[in-house]
Amino acid sequence: MTLTAPAKPPKAFSSPRRESSARRAWRKASPYAYIAPFFTLFAAFGVFPLIYTAYVSLYRVELQTPGDMEWRGLGNYTALLGDEFFWNSLRNTFTIGVLSTVPQLVMALGLAHLLNYRMRGRTFLRTAVLLPYATSVAAATLVFAQLFGRDFGLINYALGVVGIGPVDWQNDTVASQIAVSTVVVWRWTGYNALIYLAGMQSIPDELYEAAAMDGASRWRQFFHVTLPGLRPTIVFTVIVSTIGATQLFGEPLLLEGSISGGISHQYQTLGLYLYEQGWGFFHLGRAAAIAWVMFLLIVVVVGVNALIVRRRSRKEAGR
Amino acid sequence: MTAPITTEVPRPPARPATPAPVPTARRGRTSRAGRTLHAGPVAYAILILAVLASAFPFYWTLVAASRSNADLAQVPPSLLPGPNLIRNFEAVLEEADIGKALLNSLIVSGSITLGTVLCCTLAGFAFAKLRFRGRGALLAVTVGTMMIPPQLGVIPLFMMVAELGWVNQLQSVILPGLVSAFGVFFMRQYLVQTLPDELIEAARVDGASTARIFWSIVVPIARPGMAVLGLLTFMAAWNDFFWPIVALTSSEPTVQVALRQLGGGYVHDQSVIMAGTLLGTLPVLLVFGLLGRQIVGGIMQGAVKG
Repeated sequence: MTLTAPAKPPKAFSSPRRESSARRAWRKASPYAYIAPFFTLFAAFGVFPLIYTAYVSLYRVELQTPGDMEWRGLGNYTALLGDEFFWNSLRNTFTIGVLSTVPQLVMALGLAHLLNYRMRGRTFLRTAVLLPYATSVAAATLVFAQLFGRDFGLINYALGVVGIGPVDWQNDTVASQIAVSTVVVWRWTGYNALIYLAGMQSIPDELYEAAAMDGASRWRQFFHVTLPGLRPTIVFTVIVSTIGATQLFGEPLLLEGSISGGISHQYQTLGLYLYEQGWGFFHLGRAAAIAWVMFLLIVVVVGVNALIVRRRSRKEAGR
Repeated sequence: MTAPITTEVPRPPARPATPAPVPTARRGRTSRAGRTLHAGPVAYAILILAVLASAFPFYWTLVAASRSNADLAQVPPSLLPGPNLIRNFEAVLEEADIGKALLNSLIVSGSITLGTVLCCTLAGFAFAKLRFRGRGALLAVTVGTMMIPPQLGVIPLFMMVAELGWVNQLQSVILPGLVSAFGVFFMRQYLVQTLPDELIEAARVDGASTARIFWSIVVPIARPGMAVLGLLTFMAAWNDFFWPIVALTSSEPTVQVALRQLGGGYVHDQSVIMAGTLLGTLPVLLVFGLLGRQIVGGIMQGAVKG
């Protein structure tokens, strides 16, 4: 990659047809100068670590002595398969993933539909539902941890008023997973609503006109025009949210501040398990193996999604 | 902030102040038949409920941060702010060094934003408008990595940072933060749609070098896109959690690291924890309050093409 610019050609040769050879050579090389800053960093801090993780996962590497690597082959992976906490965190990642992704996307779809109406204060409403997106995982979780407090939390108080509870949001397995999911749902519903809204606005009006002329109600228009039109967007959000759910880390870490995800690991996710192994127990090699398992999980999810979409569009084409 | 639309305009384009690329295949947009859906009272009620649900945790942070720990243990809890805000702020500054954390976060997020916007605009321009060998492949690799979880690279990244002796130094957070595949993709899409080829050709005929074209033509046109990318990058950098807690410690924290420390059992005073949360959230809320419309526009714009 040439970063040093050759001497600028004289102005007289400015016409493209009478370009000097030096200038032509620079013109061919110069695009690389524009991508060089990004790709230098990208190679060093983006691509290299990704690939190197696979290599590290085959070694025994401890946090205190990262220079000493001892070959273990697939030992890190087989150790994972025999660790009950690995299976536990895999299960938790799945249930918390479902508990957070499904309500989040369904609510986002409804919100987007409403935000698409003509109304007063529309811009304000659109901005307001995005507000949670501006907070950090840490801030959001700390506030919700307070709200979900067992003895003095506002949520248990409110539940008490209607005669339910108190619920032990930290120690009960299902309740604690709901608490973790709530933080995710709160932060991301508005964001997804805006993505759906953008998708809705690219559905051609002609389709609605035709449906209206055929006498379709608003409700039927939503199901037969909006939803099919949004399909690519929905697939996109499902994939992105699933990837996000696979990596869930800050919410379970901060619900009560321990790296084990609750006293009996009841809401420890894969991301938190990785952190516990790497930075709690100093097993970087093992943590790298967990990272690869997370990656494979994502590949499977994206693959399954792609398959479903493929099959459905083929079915529709056949109709 | 965002001014509510007070006049009834037929389907006002939901677009930010940035001149978004004009969609080509949407001629039916101005036609109104079939979709003149006015919101009824139910729609308003649901939306207002959603807004309240979005805003309540912020309000509660303020309430809890301005009370004493004893107040918070009261049943029924008080829903109004109390008089202890300043005292709790002082406690946070003492116990978690939030002052230093805020400064560090500002340095980190500021550098990441400037660096990312510059790198991504340069690369985005090259991918959008210049021809060179390997362009398609390089772009595919870049976009392809967007799907890969950052955790996958964290362990080697940590080993590198340790090797370089950067653990607990801000550059360990700044340099990897400059890598934004999304940013390159975003700027490329923006420039493909807003920068006409003729403009570049005309400049070339006039004898402008590519560098000259970049600074005098591309940057002015790309500025709205750069602003949106900058906003999104700043918020993401400010709120980043996983990598900073790996690379930094409580002696050189960003705000998120300090919050983790607060929530991690070092402080048991709930109202102090909430005061810290409030301090850590205020800067980004301020950005959001001032530029929320642009952020909304940026997300919607990025989404259509994503």
